[in-house]
Amino acid sequence: MKIIIIDDEPLARGIIKEYLTSFASAQVVAECGDGFEGVKAIAQHQPDLIFLDIQMPKINGFEMLELLDHPPAVIFTTAFDEYAIKAFEAHAIDYLLKPFSQERFDKAINKWMNRKNVSLPESLQDEAASPESQNRVVVKKGQNIVVLPVYRIHYFEAFDDYVKIHATEGFYLKKKTMTYFEKTLDASQFVRVHRSYLLNVQELTRIEPMEKDNHVALLKNGTKVPLSQAGYSKLKSVLGI
Amino acid sequence: MKKFLFRHWMVVFASGWWLFWSCVQFYVMVSYGAPIFESILDSATTAVLLGLVGYVMTTAVKYFRPSAKNAFYILVESLVLAGLCCLLLLFILKKYSSNQEYGLMIGSTMKLRFVFVWLMILMTAVQGWVWAYVKDQQLQELRDKEAEKLMREAELSGLKQQIQPHFIFNSLNSISALAGTNPTLARKMIEQLSDFLRGTIKKDSHQLVSLRDEFRHLQLYLDIEKVRFGHRLETKVTADDRALEMKLPSLLLQPVLENAIKFGLYDTVGEVVITVTARVEQFNLVVEVQNPFDPASAKPKAGIGFGLNSIQRRLSLLFYRNDLLITQQNENIFTTTIKIPQQ
Repeated sequence: MKIIIIDDEPLARGIIKEYLTSFASAQVVAECGDGFEGVKAIAQHQPDLIFLDIQMPKINGFEMLELLDHPPAVIFTTAFDEYAIKAFEAHAIDYLLKPFSQERFDKAINKWMNRKNVSLPESLQDEAASPESQNRVVVKKGQNIVVLPVYRIHYFEAFDDYVKIHATEGFYLKKKTMTYFEKTLDASQFVRVHRSYLLNVQELTRIEPMEKDNHVALLKNGTKVPLSQAGYSKLKSVLGI
Repeated sequence: MKKFLFRHWMVVFASGWWLFWSCVQFYVMVSYGAPIFESILDSATTAVLLGLVGYVMTTAVKYFRPSAKNAFYILVESLVLAGLCCLLLLFILKKYSSNQEYGLMIGSTMKLRFVFVWLMILMTAVQGWVWAYVKDQQLQELRDKEAEKLMREAELSGLKQQIQPHFIFNSLNSISALAGTNPTLARKMIEQLSDFLRGTIKKDSHQLVSLRDEFRHLQLYLDIEKVRFGHRLETKVTADDRALEMKLPSLLLQPVLENAIKFGLYDTVGEVVITVTARVEQFNLVVEVQNPFDPASAKPKAGIGFGLNSIQRRLSLLFYRNDLLITQQNENIFTTTIKIPQQ
């Protein structure tokens, strides 16, 4: 079985390797110090299992998982993270709180071996909101990973199974729901103005009436975003008018 | 005697006051031709009675807060007391004096006496009221001051760096890893962590320590972090000899370093150099901490983050100044500058 360890502390990776020596079939194919390396190594090796730290440079463990189309089985290893425990209980094989014992480690591995045939959820969906996800969205453009700060996002648009994220430099696609972003991001900055649109109010310049009772929002870069009636009144209350 | 006078100055003052009025009364009576003995008896009795009634009044007033309803009660009470006072006066004077002319004089001055006694009682009441009010106010002020002081203390100790649980658990994890591969280093790290924790627990938030001591404490922290992050973390700590002897609030710098390391290590990939320099500048100790960061992912508004906010608050509580912490972004270097005034 192929295993990848992703943790930014070398000693933390070391102890996992040490504990793994008691499993003859385990083979550590890669060790990574951050999420970028992690994504690359996972694409290259297609591991059966990854050990994943949460707090890591640039992108955290959750954000790294979001970038994978077919995430492998995950065992989280983390020191202390109130958000994490809640978030990954639903999806991970197990989570190990550092420092953990060989016994606890073995239990996690056995859990994985017993669950091996059970299919895993395709990706971490709406529940996995980490503290960082309020301020940034991690997206993939071709082979590049982009950490997009929310202030650069103009609006979100529903796009079949994806959400189209319109930013200053262009748009990105992400396999999430509109509701996820509406719930995760700051409600005073991002307003669901329409079933298919979530708008950054800081990009708004004008609200113009359309025929009948309808309105449209005009953004700084000239884009027009339709407002539903409910969305229009929600926007008005956020803007305080 | 002096002590007695000081402690009971109210009594002394009141006695003097009544003595003064009995002298005035005596003088007035004599100058209107009243006999000496009766004048003395009359003024003395009036003074004693007024003193007694005044005492009753002040005591009563102590338990009434000033209000319209209470003012009415006080008025009624003063009238009743004045009436009683006059009747008593009449009774005593008639009993002890046999002078016919004087007896007539008492009757004709009774109305005047009543008004005088009543006004005196009212004055005592008002004075007692003011006295109680001022005392109450002083007590309130004292309580407010005490409460404010307690709050400041509480806030200061709250702001005093709390060790991040992240740091402790990750350090323990590193020790656990080292215990298998390098027991000597594991033991050393346990010692460093213990020393660091001890240093954090025992210092209180008011204490001033020398930069030399603070640096020693900081070094423990940096050494532990270096074991955790390996070659990724490098630190350069330099200070003037003069600066090392300067004083600063204990445990002030560690959160700044923690912030710098967090931003340096989690905002960039690759090796990170954290620089700490200390120097003396016009009676101020100036400590500068620099860390690399990624301008693309940092927020445009220079939010200084919780770690630094609490330092700023702590400095302003200790030195009553808000300009002691300055942050600066220069390309990809973030600089935190702290000035510590030297008393």
